[in-house]
Amino acid sequence: MRARVGEFVAANATLIARGDVDPAAYLGARFDAGLAWVHFPVGCGGLGADRSLQHVVETALAEAGAPPNDPRRNPIGLGMAAPTILRHGTDAQRHQYLRPLWTGEEIWCQLFSEPGAGSDLAGLGARGVRDGDDWVVNGQKVWTSLAHHAHRAILIVRTDPTVPKHVGMTYFVLDMHAPGVEVRPLRQATGEAEFNEIFLTDARIPDTDRLGAVGDGWKVAQTTLMNERVAIGGGVVPREFGEIGVLASIWRDRPALRTPAGQETLMQLWVQGEAARLFGMRLAQQLAAGQPGPEGSASKIIYARLMQQATSFEMDLLGGEALRQDTWDMNRDSLVDFFARSPGHRYLRAKGNSIEGGTSEILRNIIAERILDLPRETRNDVELPWKDLPK
Amino acid sequence: MIDLLYSDIDEQLRSSLRSVLAARSPWTEVLARTESDKTYDADLWRAVAVDMGLAGLIVPEDLGGAGASYREAAVVCEELGRAVAPIPFLGSAIVATTALLSAGATDLLPDLASGTRAAVLVVPFATAPGGITPTVAVEGGRLTGTVTTVAEALPADLLLVPTPGGLYAVEAAQALLIPVTSFDMTRQLADITFDGATGTRIGDLAAADVGLRAGAALLASEQLGVAEWCLETTVAYLKTRYQFGRLLGSYQALKHRVADLYVDISQARAVARYAAACAASEDPDLPVAVAVAQAFNPAIAVRASEECMQLHGGIGFTWEYPVHLYMKRAKSAAIAFGSAAAHRTELAKLVNLPASS
Repeated sequence: MRARVGEFVAANATLIARGDVDPAAYLGARFDAGLAWVHFPVGCGGLGADRSLQHVVETALAEAGAPPNDPRRNPIGLGMAAPTILRHGTDAQRHQYLRPLWTGEEIWCQLFSEPGAGSDLAGLGARGVRDGDDWVVNGQKVWTSLAHHAHRAILIVRTDPTVPKHVGMTYFVLDMHAPGVEVRPLRQATGEAEFNEIFLTDARIPDTDRLGAVGDGWKVAQTTLMNERVAIGGGVVPREFGEIGVLASIWRDRPALRTPAGQETLMQLWVQGEAARLFGMRLAQQLAAGQPGPEGSASKIIYARLMQQATSFEMDLLGGEALRQDTWDMNRDSLVDFFARSPGHRYLRAKGNSIEGGTSEILRNIIAERILDLPRETRNDVELPWKDLPK
Repeated sequence: MIDLLYSDIDEQLRSSLRSVLAARSPWTEVLARTESDKTYDADLWRAVAVDMGLAGLIVPEDLGGAGASYREAAVVCEELGRAVAPIPFLGSAIVATTALLSAGATDLLPDLASGTRAAVLVVPFATAPGGITPTVAVEGGRLTGTVTTVAEALPADLLLVPTPGGLYAVEAAQALLIPVTSFDMTRQLADITFDGATGTRIGDLAAADVGLRAGAALLASEQLGVAEWCLETTVAYLKTRYQFGRLLGSYQALKHRVADLYVDISQARAVARYAAACAASEDPDLPVAVAVAQAFNPAIAVRASEECMQLHGGIGFTWEYPVHLYMKRAKSAAIAFGSAAAHRTELAKLVNLPASS
């Protein structure tokens, strides 16, 4: 594999050297050489090789001075759409979507959540009705990051309301520039709009853009959501990483703010931060050793709680100064620099941590039911046709 | 990077020790023993210390030990915590043995390593690492004074006594040991008085401190074991108990409480492994690792035992059910080797987050 990367580097020296200026050209060449995702099939950016060899490719390319494919450029595309297309797409779909997704020429977004279907995603109500070779879609989606930059979306809609909720959905790829697709900013408590609302009004999707069988939307979505969880998993960070580091710097730099009670709280948070850090480190070691433990579900709960407590304390520590907000402008950046903003922004933004990507309550249910094997909550929504459920 | 996982050897050790404890020290026996004359289980100690060879786990092979490390010893502590086993492993095989190793008292170690004799560091159980204040005076090789609230002293043959003149070894028969009715009767305390007892100087007080720090590091693993037993027992109960026609475990209000415990225990495991690993490799970060471990894990064990009692309802509050044994162990261990608050204060110094100036 190193030899193959060596050949690629030798043949594409100019593209690699210009990789930062023209990433699409370099990344396109890398895709065509099968070095995008080595475990994908030949022709789809891969070589049909073992997944573990990806690491060899990344290392060899980095040594050759090639820029990485920054996952932040197209996070939904790279992290969630690509594995789903690989698993459930037709050959034609793989060839159409994967290359521009990889090069970043086509940014992707995810149209799953709805105002009426958050934690209970399978209760969603956006409707898709077959019309000849097309589907006609109506409904509203919400909490969509990157929609205002996106070319394509992964979308789940209800195609059969007369059957139980989990078996009446179908999964599509939507052209975000199609008529009937309207993107509106969704302003958050922080003032900015990282996310969007999407209104679908008689939007037409060709049946060839369906991923998986009609009625299999929930099954296909599991691939997407599983990859979301993997992306949120543990990592190795240095001590005093993130918000704890912010608190420690304030404490060290500003002796006038120190009080005994403040020190007690600071040290409690510092210890929580260190315990969270060691937990993430152990989780990463488990993954590396090929023993992914069930503890992964805990990491998001830990992180959200720590961020919320620490940002709240930062405001308390700074006192009146923390009440001077930098701005309430409706910033549309999808990559907010959390630590460049004022403490009030951090405090408010951290509130989203226990809601986005699975609420802490749903994660506790998952831990209780799937790890501790406690009985499921009695529910009345599994057998009934979706149309008869209370809404 | 420091390895926080368990090895195959760790898991084998865990499994064999767990079967010995299940066979020889079921909680009914542990409970009965708390009201007997002999609160420490000498037979169990022989099985674990001698037959399994665990007394000498951290002692080098040339001194008659197993030449293993604190990483394996931490697994033993987890299992002993899960069983609230009344044997002096932490006090003798960890704290006293570490102090003797640090002092270079090689003549005393083989008897400890073989499990034929047990030793104890004679300090109040609540003493934090770095916090030893000798209350026993020494004059002409004779020791005089009293030390109160010493844990795991009753089964000890050899007493390691901090004095202003260094660390002394005294035969237990030379001292007066008065058992204390203890909050945690699975780890009974004693008051110890020396009235001209003959002692031998074996090293500096620093050696005693090294022993205490190792004890505090490994206590985190015992606390993990206590917390795990409480969570598992609670979950098992929630799967069998019906009220209002439903299993208790199907109620979200209760699920979330045990899920929160699971989350905290997952962190406590990483914290305990880090402390044990730092002790094993004599990592310069050991003081921080120990302070973090004893600032974090005690509260998790205490809360796990409290949740265990509450979620069991009435039965959990009875003497005939084992939760109270674990609650007493957890609370006692939270005070042992310095309180969480004391460790946070120490940590603030270590990581340069000073108190108000």
